[in-house]
Amino acid sequence: MSLNMFVQHFINALGLGALYGLIAIGYTMVYGILRLINFAHGDIFMLGAYFVFFATIQFKLPWGIGVAIAIAGATLCGLLVDRIAYRPLRSAPRISALISAIGVSFFLENLSVVVFTGMPRAVVQPPWLMHPILIKSPSFGEIRLIPLGLMVPVISFLIVGGLLWIVHRTKPGLAMRSISYDIETTRLMGVSVDRIIALTFALGSALAALAGIMWALRYPRVEPFMGIFPGFKAFIAAVFGGIGSIPGAMIGGLALGFVEIMSIAFFPRLSGYKDAFAFVLLIVILLVKPTGLMGERLEEKI
Amino acid sequence: MKTKIRNGILNLLSLGVLVYFLWWAPGNLDGYKLRIINLIAINAILGLSLNLIYGMTGMFSLGHAGFMAIGAYVSALLILTPEQKVTMWILDPIAPWLLNFHTPFIVSLVLAGLAASFLGWLIALPVLRLGGDYLGIATLGFAEIIRILIVNLTPLTNGSLGLKGIPAHTDLWMSYGCLLVVLLFMIRLMKSNFGNVLRAVRDDEIAAKTMGIDTFQTRVLAFVIGCFGGGVGGALMGNLITTIDPKMFMITQTYSLLMVVVVGGLGSITGSVIGSILVTTLLEWLRFVENPVTIGSFHIPGIPGMRMVIFSVLLIVIIIFRREGIMGTREFSWDWFFPTGAPGEKSETKGVGQ
Repeated sequence: MSLNMFVQHFINALGLGALYGLIAIGYTMVYGILRLINFAHGDIFMLGAYFVFFATIQFKLPWGIGVAIAIAGATLCGLLVDRIAYRPLRSAPRISALISAIGVSFFLENLSVVVFTGMPRAVVQPPWLMHPILIKSPSFGEIRLIPLGLMVPVISFLIVGGLLWIVHRTKPGLAMRSISYDIETTRLMGVSVDRIIALTFALGSALAALAGIMWALRYPRVEPFMGIFPGFKAFIAAVFGGIGSIPGAMIGGLALGFVEIMSIAFFPRLSGYKDAFAFVLLIVILLVKPTGLMGERLEEKI
Repeated sequence: MKTKIRNGILNLLSLGVLVYFLWWAPGNLDGYKLRIINLIAINAILGLSLNLIYGMTGMFSLGHAGFMAIGAYVSALLILTPEQKVTMWILDPIAPWLLNFHTPFIVSLVLAGLAASFLGWLIALPVLRLGGDYLGIATLGFAEIIRILIVNLTPLTNGSLGLKGIPAHTDLWMSYGCLLVVLLFMIRLMKSNFGNVLRAVRDDEIAAKTMGIDTFQTRVLAFVIGCFGGGVGGALMGNLITTIDPKMFMITQTYSLLMVVVVGGLGSITGSVIGSILVTTLLEWLRFVENPVTIGSFHIPGIPGMRMVIFSVLLIVIIIFRREGIMGTREFSWDWFFPTGAPGEKSETKGVGQ
């Protein structure tokens, strides 16, 4: 493989990995606090993509407003999911909440089929994002870059930085970390636990929506089931990075992005198995290091 | 002793009613209804096998669709004739050793179960060391890997085109016969000491360990038996519908089985049978909301997808408001109809009604 092809694949993998990372953060935050795999997270991602599609293409709003509406809408959906389907089950066995999460995911997908129809729709990419920039260099030839390809990782990394600041430098962030450590004691300390959990869902959903919007720009179409696979893979990324850790989620996402893009770049015959890599990676990581790269050991309490 | 004889007579009577029904139904009901009645039995087998894994042993497995897929493909590949195989594989020629492999249906059914068990055993060794929800996501991933393999291994499976023209071996006698065998097996199993061990592992793994139970081996065994049921159920399903393709075995399939188990009651054999009857008929009945209806001069267009919306809302409502399902962990007993029995006296047998 020539060097310029490699650089192309590298940038591609960086973009895909950053998107997985953004979705993975929502999983890792919710899991860190509630020990719940929020199956509906991938569908919030899908809703974000749909909302921006409708705002910009059906209602002809400018992109900036469309993105704001999409993020606000998806955040609201995330809050509703928590309020309706998860909060009544806080004291129930964890598996009950998990079944509820599966039900919600199923519900959002099929509701989208009813409301948006099952037909995939094309997203129109704004031309300024797609205008190619050519970088020529005598040493490794020509590289074509589009602004979108650079924008996705840059925005993602900025967002992660902001999120880390919220979690480690603000009061609500302190409450979040405290809940993930011991929910009952935190409640006794006078923290409004349900509010902080809602905030966690809101932040996670907003990031998922943002990822959905950028995903729809990269792969310009939306359909009701588009969230399933990115959702599963992002969860795997969260496990890989160490569940509960925000930098871990980003690292896991990037690792998964690189595994997927590079393995197909080097072994094109494996492209049919693309979606299986993540699951194989999951089984391997669970065998070798179940806590993930940056995770803390969860002790079973007796 | 008296109740034992009474229950035996009642069991025989209900078996007689079932046999009469199976004999009566094919001549008097249309093909669509017969198919639903068949599906009820198959879903009950699948529900029972998932219940053994999840409800009785407490392993949250989301991989049942994968084991069904293995069963369905193994059985179909074994009973299709060489001529059918040659004409069907158009993308890639079929693997030569597979071409002339041919067995009777019953043998293919057993081999389907064994193949699913074997793969279940392979996956059990690594993933059953995981707890709760990690196990769920790992088994789900495993089912997805199986599906992707089926799509890609065209010389073996004909890829995404699937297999067509599978002989329709599944009739009412076959599906209810299998269900009866599975039911009797499950009842015996849960009454045996092994049943107690399973419940102990589910309710408190650490306590079970201190009692000297090898919890890991127990879970593996229960999982492998459950996978056998999944494989047989998948094979029966393939022979009922006569066409299989990888899309049939998506995660949605596992969700509807989960619904069967949750509605009926986790850990209840009776519950899974009731759950299967309710969920199967409900899913068919809900088709009407997706079909256009014309009443007089009014025309109501069908709403595609609405069926699954209602279905998922039901799942959420049940899990929030009635977590234990219809039966909880209780089982059917003839004593329900004879309230005069001495208090505390429990009957020894269960009904074998459908």
